[in-house]
Formats: sequence, C-alpha cells, structure tokens
Amino acid sequence: MKYDVIVIGGGHAGCEASLAAARMGKNTLLITGNINNIADMPCNPAIGGPAKGIIVREIDALGGEMGRNADKATLQIKLLNTKKGPAVWALRSQADKVIYPKEMLKTIMSTENLTVKESLVEHLNVENNKIKSVILETGEEIETKTLVITTGTYLKGMILVGSEKHSGGPHGERPSKYLSDDLKKLGFNILRLKTGTPQRIDKNTIDYSKTELELGDDKELTFSFDNKAYYDYKNQIACHLTYTTPLTHKIINENLEKSSMYGGYVEGVGPRYCPSIEDKVVRFKDKERHQLFIEPESIDESSKDYGNTIYLQGFSTSMPHDIQEKMVHSLPGFEHAKILKYAYAIEYDAIDSRQLKQSLESKVVENIFTAGQINGTSGYEEAAGQGIIAGINAALKVDGKDPLILKRNEAYIGVLIDDLVTKGVKDPYRMLTSRAEYRLLLRNDNADIRLRKYGHDVGLVSDSKYKEFENKLQHIEELKKYLKENKVTPKEEVNNYLESIGSSTLKDGISMYNLLKRPEITIENIKHFIEIPYTDDEIEEVVINIKYAGYIDKALEEAKKMLNLENKKIPEDIDYNKVPNIASEAREKLNKIRPTSLGQASRISGVNPADISILMVYLKRNESNE
Amino acid sequence: MDDTIVAISTSLGVGAISIVRVTGKEALKIVNKVFKGENLERVKSHTIHYGHIVYKDEEIDEVLVSIMLAPRTYTKEDVVEVNCHGGINTTNKVLEVLLLNGARLAERGEFTKRAFLNGRIDLTESEAVMDLIESKSDIERRLALKNEKGNLKNLITEYRNKITDLISHIEVNIDYPEYYDIEVMNDEKIKKTLEYLLKDINKLINESENKQIIKTGIKTIIVGRPNVGKSSILNSLLDENKAIVTDIPGTTRDIVEGEIYIDGINLNIIDTAGIRETEDKVEKIGVLKSLDLIDKADLVLVVLNSGEKLTKEDLEILDKTKNKTSIVILNKNDLDSKIDKKLLENRIIIETNTLDSNGIMPLKDKIKELFNLDMIDTLDYTYLTSARSMSLAKKTKASLENAYQGTINNVPIDMIEIDIKDAFDYLGEIIGTTYSDEILDNLFKNFCVGK
Repeated sequence: MKYDVIVIGGGHAGCEASLAAARMGKNTLLITGNINNIADMPCNPAIGGPAKGIIVREIDALGGEMGRNADKATLQIKLLNTKKGPAVWALRSQADKVIYPKEMLKTIMSTENLTVKESLVEHLNVENNKIKSVILETGEEIETKTLVITTGTYLKGMILVGSEKHSGGPHGERPSKYLSDDLKKLGFNILRLKTGTPQRIDKNTIDYSKTELELGDDKELTFSFDNKAYYDYKNQIACHLTYTTPLTHKIINENLEKSSMYGGYVEGVGPRYCPSIEDKVVRFKDKERHQLFIEPESIDESSKDYGNTIYLQGFSTSMPHDIQEKMVHSLPGFEHAKILKYAYAIEYDAIDSRQLKQSLESKVVENIFTAGQINGTSGYEEAAGQGIIAGINAALKVDGKDPLILKRNEAYIGVLIDDLVTKGVKDPYRMLTSRAEYRLLLRNDNADIRLRKYGHDVGLVSDSKYKEFENKLQHIEELKKYLKENKVTPKEEVNNYLESIGSSTLKDGISMYNLLKRPEITIENIKHFIEIPYTDDEIEEVVINIKYAGYIDKALEEAKKMLNLENKKIPEDIDYNKVPNIASEAREKLNKIRPTSLGQASRISGVNPADISILMVYLKRNESNE
Repeated sequence: MDDTIVAISTSLGVGAISIVRVTGKEALKIVNKVFKGENLERVKSHTIHYGHIVYKDEEIDEVLVSIMLAPRTYTKEDVVEVNCHGGINTTNKVLEVLLLNGARLAERGEFTKRAFLNGRIDLTESEAVMDLIESKSDIERRLALKNEKGNLKNLITEYRNKITDLISHIEVNIDYPEYYDIEVMNDEKIKKTLEYLLKDINKLINESENKQIIKTGIKTIIVGRPNVGKSSILNSLLDENKAIVTDIPGTTRDIVEGEIYIDGINLNIIDTAGIRETEDKVEKIGVLKSLDLIDKADLVLVVLNSGEKLTKEDLEILDKTKNKTSIVILNKNDLDSKIDKKLLENRIIIETNTLDSNGIMPLKDKIKELFNLDMIDTLDYTYLTSARSMSLAKKTKASLENAYQGTINNVPIDMIEIDIKDAFDYLGEIIGTTYSDEILDNLFKNFCVGK
C-alpha cells in the first residue's frame, strides 16, 4: 500500500509530525527503531525554559501534543523570569521520564490514520527527484507520497567515553548506518555534530543536606491552553543544587588529555550553550565554581532506567569512567554517590539546513521534509516545533496546498526555521529569547492569539476548542471596554487608598484603563474599586496590553517594516550571476541559500545592505521591463 | 554602471598638475585611442607611462598616464589617470577629447559611488571620501583623511562593543535565570553604563557639529548703509589673505563675495548692496536680497560710520540683526564719534579704521572669540561627516535616553533592552554592518552557562 506520509524516527519531532499528519486525515506511518523508545527523553528530565517554554505553548496553540503530554508528566513546574517583563516569562517543568513517553505512546497508538512500525530505514528510493518509497533493513519497500525524516542523533551515531568510541544511540540501540550515505548521494550536504549528556546517579546515595533546595512555584501551572493540571502543586518533587569544588577543577585539569574532546577523539562540533564541564573549566579559568542541577528523572521506582536516578545537569563530560568517578565524588553531597550511568558524548550526522525551504521541505529532493536534530538543532522543544510544521506541511503537500510558514513576528518556531534555512548552523542550535527580534510579541501568554487560527485552519484544532478560543478573545475585548467605562473620581477615600499604595492622588476622574497604565498599579489595586469577573488568563492578556502598550506598538511597527521587505519576493529562477556589482561573497551566499524574499536575503551573513539595495534595484528594473 | 566615466579629479586652477581620471570597462581603450606613446592596452597594471594626448594630429598636452587594472583600484574597475601639465585650458581640452571618444562625464561623487557599489569601501569611508573631494581647507582635508582610514569606524565599533557587553549581560540574565552565580543586571547598573554611553555619544555629536563649521565655513555678511566703508572692510580682510573676489552674476548690483581663512577656518564673506529706502526697482531687489542674506548668515558684520549720527536706516539694520550673531563695526574712528552708544547696548562693538592696515586685527580676534575657534581641536577629532550619519547618531542618543528613562520608571530590563538594541542597530547603520550574531557570540564568550 502507499502512504500519504511516512515519518522516520519516533523522537519529539517524529511524534509531532506523525500526529499532525494523521490528525489532518493523512494515512501516516511512523517507523521507529524501538517502539519502547518513542518520545524518550535521553537528555535532561525537563521541558521548557526561556524561549523553549514558549515554543511548547506555540505547539499547543497549533494543536500539537507536547504541551498536553508534558502536563501529564509534571513533577515540578515554575514560571521563570517573573521579575522581568511578560515577554520573557517562560514555563519550565521537571517531567517524569517514564510518564512522558508512556503517555505519548498511548496517544500515538490511539490516533486514527496512524500506524507504527518497528524497523530501521536504510535506503530512500527517489524517482524524478521525488521520494517514491523507503527500503527497510529487511529489504521491505514501502511506498509513500511524502517523507518526514526525524532521525535525531541516530545517523551514524557514535558514542564517546574518553578514548573509547563505539557506534550506537543514546540507549545503546543500533544507529542508522546507511541512511546518511543515501542522503549524501542524493545531494544533501552532511555535517558532523556533537552533544553530550551527564551522569545518572543513584538518588539514594546523595547527602542532600550539603546541597541547596529548589522548589516549584506555589500555584498551579500548565503548558497547555487546556489548563488541565495533572499534579498537586502542594506536593511537587524537589530539585537540588550543588557546585563544583577546587578539587573537581584540579581533577579535570590533570586529566584533560584523557577526555574525548581535548584528547582529539571527536570530529563533531559541540554546542556552545551546552558545554562539557571540562570546556567550562578550561574556558573560564577564573571562575571558582560551576553550578550543577540535581534533577530527579522519575518517581516510578519500578522503572529500570529512570526509577532510582537523578540527572546531574551541567556535568556532562567525555572523560573516561575512572576519572568521572573521582570528579563526581569531589562534589558536595556526592562523596559516596553511586554512578549508575556514566556521562558520554555523542557524535552524529546532520544535514545542512540551508538546503531546506521555509516549509522544511528539502530543496534537494521533492516531498522530503526534515525536522529536529537532523537539521542541526538541539532540544526536545526545538525538535517538536519543527516536527509539527514538517507534519502539517507534508500533509498540505499531499493535498497540493500551500505550506504553513510562520513568520519571525508570529512565533519562535518561525524564528527557529527562518534561522535554520537562512543562516544554517555551525554548532547545534538552541532557541534563546535574544534570537527573536520581536520577542515582545512572542509571549507565553498570547501563543493562542498568535497561532490558534492556523491550527484551526489546517484542521488540528477542533471547532469546539476554537469556539472556546473565540470566546476568550471576546472576553478580552469586553474587559478592555469595561475598564475604559469604569471611572474613579478624586474622592477622599479613593485618594487615601492611592496614597496608601504609593501612587499619586487624583485631581480629575480617571478610567480604570488609564489608572492601570501607572507602573505601580496592579490589577489587584483595581479590584479594590471594581469587581473583575474574568479568568486569570483573560485579565493577564489585557493588563499586559495596557501596561506595555508603548513598547508593544513599537514592536508592531518594527515588524511591519520587516514584513514590507519580506513581501518583496525574489523570483525562484533569478540568476545572481546576471545581477551586476554584488560583492562576490554575497553572490555566492545568495546562490547557495536562494532566499525567497529580500527580507530573508538581508538576514544572510555576508550579504551587505549595499548588496540588498543593488538587488532591489535589479528586481525593480526587471519588473518594469516585463 | 556599465559605461566609462571621466572627470577632472583635481580642482581647477590650483596647482601645476591636474589629473583627468577615467574608470570603467573601456577606460584603457578610450585613453589609448588618443595617447601617443606605448600601447596602453598591453602594459602592466599599476605602471606610469610618458607620452602625449593627440587629437586629429594635434598634440594637446604632454602627459604621464597611470594604468591601474581592476580589481586593485579605487573603484574596483579599470582606472586610468592622465596627469596633465598645461593648465586649465589644456586640461579641459583633454577631458573634451576623452568625452568625444566614448567616455561620459562623471556625475558628482560617481567614482565613490562605484567604489561603494563595487564593495570597495563601507558607508562611512565613502562619506569621508566625498568630504575629501569637497574639502576646501587644509584642516578639513586632514579630517577627511583620518576618517577615510576608519577612525570613525573604530570609534563607533568601540561604542557598539560596550553596548554588546551590556546587552549580552541582560540576555544572559533572561535566558539563564537559574544561574545564581551570574551577576544580576539591575536598573542601577544599566543606568551607570548608559550614562557613560550617553556621554560618549554626546561628545561625538557636539564635536561633529563644531566640525560642520570647519566644513561649511562661517557664512558672513557685511551690511550697512551705502558709503559707510563696507567694501573697504571686505577688501582689507581679503587683501591680507590674497583671496579671490568675484562678482556674482545674476545679481543686479553690488553683491560681492570672497573667502578668507582665519586659523584654518573658512569664512565666506558677502558684501551686500547698501540698505536704504529706495524707489529704484533694480536697487530694491539688491536690498531685499541683503535682508534675506541676513537671515541665512552665521555672522553679520554691521558697519556704521562713526562720524555720523545713527540714521533711520542704521536703526532698522540694527533691529533686523539684533537676534543674530553679529558684530557692530564703528568705522572711521579717526573722526569724532557722533554715535549715541546707548542705542548699541548689548551689542558687540569694534571700533576701527579700515584705512589703517592694522585696523582689521581686532575684528579677526573677535570673530575667533565668537566662534570658539581656539577651542576646536582641528586636528584630533573623529567626526560624523554626513547628514545621514549625524541623524543616526542623534537617533542613537534618543534611544539611549529612552532606555535611561526606562531605568528610572522601573521598566523591566528586557524592555529597556529594546531601546538599547535600537541604539546598537543605529550605530551599526552608520558603519554599515550586516546581520550577525555578535551579541550571542559575546554572551557565550563571557558567561559560563549551559547545562
């Protein structure tokens, strides 16, 4: 039989891609090396964080699974950055490494149109530059209209501990040995990347009294706009902190040449933001100590892999086992700790993301989409964000419809994909708030307002859920009106109250709306005057829009300028060799990346503003000639 | 961009040698057509050749021709420079001959434009080159040279680096809130850095504004009734400096212009028609023009005759100039003063006799004093040299001020950062940088974060 969409790989990208395609009514097959590893969390036991947490909200707004699934697995959750502006608030949860994959598997198994097959794909059968079928390790051939490749770190995966090196995936599974060679033959450029993961320690061998306690927020929080909490916020699981010691640094410095990285055993380029502990010690010699996070992996003690372990976040290393023992024992609270699994580095093949279109479809072979670590990113959230877009666009492609492309002012997912296809990566790409120039628009609170409509349009958000969302929008408008219509007058008790909260007194009447503009006035103060019969989410949305109106308007203005440039399309068949006077570096880059708009062209490093003006003039002249 | 352009690239009438510069695809071919000497299309790049420019068998000039082949040239295209020796007329003739053989007369600044479009120089550099072309005085030329070497670029880059540090510190607080060892950027710390930055940018703007005086000169106008000695003041100022006096065509009567330099600063002096009530149509136009010139001038020299009482016209002139930077010159002080000084209260007064050869010195000193010419360190500054970069610098300043105001109003740091980032982008625009990841690079270089 012929599938509409085949997804290779059951990680976070693959789950979102296959669910999206199946939910859009496409006959979908998910091929994974090991069904028990679907939605596995091989790295940290956490979902979210600055920018990443907002990606999870965006996935949920589009009708994806990660937010809901993470809520089911919450052990502890916080809203980060609350002392800063609402644009950078973000959720981060400790997720149970047993519950998360189990729940995701349940969802996948019960989704219509979605079949799961356990196997490895070793070859791609391409005809007329279009994907025709995949060939499994058994030789079986399965035909498909579109293909989404989300193989994570499994392409020629190589595990490194000290000078030891063997091929394999994170859990010792078999890597895919031939697929990346096939991709190379088809014209994909392959690069080699590296990442690492720290030790797992027996949680009962740590002296927690020597560590610092880290608790969750004292209120109920969820990623999903469903707002359904599955945990008891009064009984969250605790995390702890510890720090490296001078002894740790001494051990590392004395044994540097034994690490894979410094011993020269690694070819791949590692992430800058996720350095190994030896990197940190070498590069920041003056820093006396480095902070380490002690995070429980699961509360399910029956789990062989995760039941008794803590994850020692920040201590990833490629030192040999004996040195790791010494290093771990040098940490406060870890003097007698038992290492259950050693830290390791993993090297893998990725493709050059500049060979992708904004839809995540490859420019090299039609109907092949890629998402996640294969595109050079790092992180569960980044993978899932690409996964849902790749799944949606594969399904749209089957129907011959235009792809869904999120813009930089609409979603972190849009920023992520635009960065990938425009700039490419040198080291694994992690989302950071500073990568988004319009982050004031890309907030945790408004992901649904930004994206729900797209989710509904493609068919991932049900009509009933969409109706709920429309009600929310309506309430927001009502509340704004309500605050404008209700006024306070300079009566004595009003002014006394204002004085008591450190606000200036009134001379004339003022609407609640305008009163709320004062930096020191909170919604609680307004509640002193009038009742506010709306939900917390609705109130939050209105308050942010009132308080930061000036900054938000400015961001909207900037975004409009960007969109103008974005709307200046570059014809697909443009011959850059015919554009006179562009600098040769710019010409080469433009030829390689083939941006679709002047906006995208302007974000390519090495393309100067002068080149953009020349290009603009050239396009205009050609237009008027036609 | 495809044609070959030509221009006389030295100023006419100054110096013994003038250079006619040709650039473009056909530069060699065109010059070779009229050059008697070696075959220029066969010589090596960056060489000089002796010969003659010949047209229709007539030898026009004895020349040295420099050949510079693309891309190692100013415009990154082939460049030929013809060094002419025969003065203005023959240089013009050489130009004409080249035009007749297929070159096009370059527009103002077109060589630089090509250099810029061909990626040879960045925006600030090209602005500096424009200034070099236009520079009138020595100091200005030196300033332009400095800028061309990228002094401004270095300075702006230094400011940007400071802002990069500030932004990446804020960013690390936002993206890594769980790292307790990293210093938290609070309003007070941001404020302090912003104060330094504002001081820097203000200094740059102020010094650049002073420099505008160096560049454009001080527009000076001499006004007064007829026969109070205006022309003799002009002449004694000019005589001493051997400057050129020209009659400006198109004006009806008596407007004479000249240029002098005081301490290297250019003074453009205009002597006007005498202002008096008149029925004479022709003269009236001259008078109206004088009044208009008063408005546009940087400095007005009001000339009065010491020997006569103030007339209605004098008082009118004094009234018209009371809000301008002006100096009242009481001329012919050898005569008994009949002027009621009470009517000149709050005015700067110089008493002089222009017939005396030293009489002009006090006036020059006063001008220096008025424009702080001693204060302008004409040699050691880096300036914003165009309206474009000046307006960007002012936008930078406004953004930094907004950010500063934000720290006072307890605006969250991520929003204060929006204004700081604007400042960073405006500065980048001055030097024409491209989209890059410098802030992120800096963040990971300076902070040890990541799990």
